[in-house]
Amino acid sequence: MFKQIFAITLMNLRNLPERLGASLVIVVGLAGVVGVLTALLAMSEGLGATLKATGRPDRAMVLRGGSDAELNSGLDRDSATLVTEQVGVRKGADGKPLASRELVLIAELPLKRTGTSGNVTLRGVEAGAFELRPDLKIIAGRKFAPGLNEMLVGKGVTEQFEDAELGQVVRIRGADWTIVGVFESGNAHDSELWIDTDTAQSAFGRQGYSMVLVGLESAESLPAFQAALKAETRLNVDAESQSAYYARQTGGSTAMIKVLTTVVSFVMALGAIFAALNTMYASVSTRTTEIATLRAIGFGPLPVVVSVLIESMLLATIGGLLGALGAWLIFNNYAVTTLGGSFTQLVFNFKVTPRLLQAGMTLALAIGFIGGLLPAVRAARMPVTVALREA
Amino acid sequence: MTEALVQINNVVKHYTRGKQTVEVLHGITLAIPKGDFVALMGPSGSGKTTLLNLIGGLDQPTGGEILVDGKRIDRMGNAELARWRAGNVGFVFQFYNLLPVLTAERNVELPLLLTKMGGAERLKRANVALEIVGLKDRARHKPKELSGGQEQRVAIARALVSDPTLLVCDEPTGDLDRKTADEILTLLQRLNREYGKTIVMVTHDPKAAEYARRTVHLDKGTLVDEPAH
Ligand SMILES: Nc1ncnc2c1ncn2[C@@H]1O[C@H](COP(=O)(O)OP(=O)(O)OP(=O)(O)O)[C@@H](O)[C@H]1O
Ligand SMILES: [Mg+2]
Repeated sequence: MFKQIFAITLMNLRNLPERLGASLVIVVGLAGVVGVLTALLAMSEGLGATLKATGRPDRAMVLRGGSDAELNSGLDRDSATLVTEQVGVRKGADGKPLASRELVLIAELPLKRTGTSGNVTLRGVEAGAFELRPDLKIIAGRKFAPGLNEMLVGKGVTEQFEDAELGQVVRIRGADWTIVGVFESGNAHDSELWIDTDTAQSAFGRQGYSMVLVGLESAESLPAFQAALKAETRLNVDAESQSAYYARQTGGSTAMIKVLTTVVSFVMALGAIFAALNTMYASVSTRTTEIATLRAIGFGPLPVVVSVLIESMLLATIGGLLGALGAWLIFNNYAVTTLGGSFTQLVFNFKVTPRLLQAGMTLALAIGFIGGLLPAVRAARMPVTVALREA
Repeated sequence: MTEALVQINNVVKHYTRGKQTVEVLHGITLAIPKGDFVALMGPSGSGKTTLLNLIGGLDQPTGGEILVDGKRIDRMGNAELARWRAGNVGFVFQFYNLLPVLTAERNVELPLLLTKMGGAERLKRANVALEIVGLKDRARHKPKELSGGQEQRVAIARALVSDPTLLVCDEPTGDLDRKTADEILTLLQRLNREYGKTIVMVTHDPKAAEYARRTVHLDKGTLVDEPAH
């Protein structure tokens, strides 16, 4: 049986050069489908990875009750301080609660890409912020000094925005800020501007905070911390783990990409299936007599089916590999920002992971299989005498 | 007369096209002894190919019996029939039906792929078959590099290679000129006389029929004693 399959398959493949044009339809079609699918998935993967990397389970974010995001939350000074004094909060190196009361605002800076202004998250942080976010590394310059209009910028910001480089002075909301350092943290903070909270409050005339980030004794301390907040009648706040918060943010943005990916891939895959069907029907029908001759000699229908399937799946695999390779070469670690004027820009890298390549190849093989199956079955089911008459 | 290799009893064949059923063979009875060389003649559309395909086990009759070497091939399922063909019949077609991508020896080797034979043995046998048809020196040629007569010789070698008792040939010289046709017919005659192959050959050509031991005439699906005029 294997000898038969092998012989017929080899024959089909030897025949390929004569059907090069038609065969290329499958290859190119599949390269397109897999390339686009991989690129879209890589986008969603990269965005998800960036947001996910921002959150840790043993950090809690405390927002005003009912707020679902930092930007529309607000806490007054007393509440923010009271939050840090609850059970479950870890003590920092200085023996005080490990916390950072933060003020989050939107700033506008000119985008390098378009020259128009884009939104950036401006985060006022306290000293604890750096201990709470150990991934963050200063890669150039130094930290800002409290009380001075000094600013740290994320690496993504320097890449995407005009004049956001070390030593530059940028004007934000009527105040001038000197960039004294650049940091990298491999997550959403890379797209932020960091300044001292107190300085921010006085510069922008704010009294309160947007949220409080606290370090928990452990991830398991969260329920106790939440219960304590609830029991404190002077507070009306919600707490959730930092990882849960960013997972929620991820949900919204990646859900849209997922829908887009699914729709685009489905339409393209459908097109590719028809292209493959068309090619394989043509390929089989040019060999009707050959197949009938083999059947007359005594070859079974199964080797015929299998060999046609192997041919179409092989072509699909070649196409899929080309598409995946193309997507990987072009898009892996390709840095982009989220679009949209009303949101803050988030810089992230496309991630072409082995899992995505596998998904792309699975789709390619499935299309090759479907595209080959019907023509193969038709070739095998055609009565030998009828097929011989078609010569 | 020796025992019949092919025994056809009252064979009827219908074709159904849509709702219409056409009876193409109306109760054929024919015995072909082992070692015979039968020419099957008749007007176009009289059912020659249909009958030949039934004898070769490519198709099933609607009614009647077909025994080859004592086996009821009209009762076999498709898979069984395919195996039976591989071991018992060699086919020669009007247009040779060689596989264009394969060399002559690889074409001839094909039927042996259905046996348990190893690769070296298969090629040896293929070359022996090519030698019998006088084409040993063209073993490595592709069909495109051969003349029509040479292609048909390769096809005959392919039909011979698994050493079947029965050869069925549908207008084997239909596409060849007189001289080449005579060479092919001489070859078939030699296979019949020297190698004892039983041959059933459909032909339109009375000269071709002269190479056979006897001629059977078919007219409108019935065997007749003399050709219809
Ligand atoms: N698959 C089929 N379906 C329907 N009718 C068929 C089929 N095969 C053959 N026929 C019909 O059966 C009849 C006999 O055909 P057959 O090919 O056996 O004739 P033939 O004697 O070989 O003719 P020719 O000399 O032209 O080759 C014809 O009328 C043909 O149209
Ligand atoms: Mg015919």
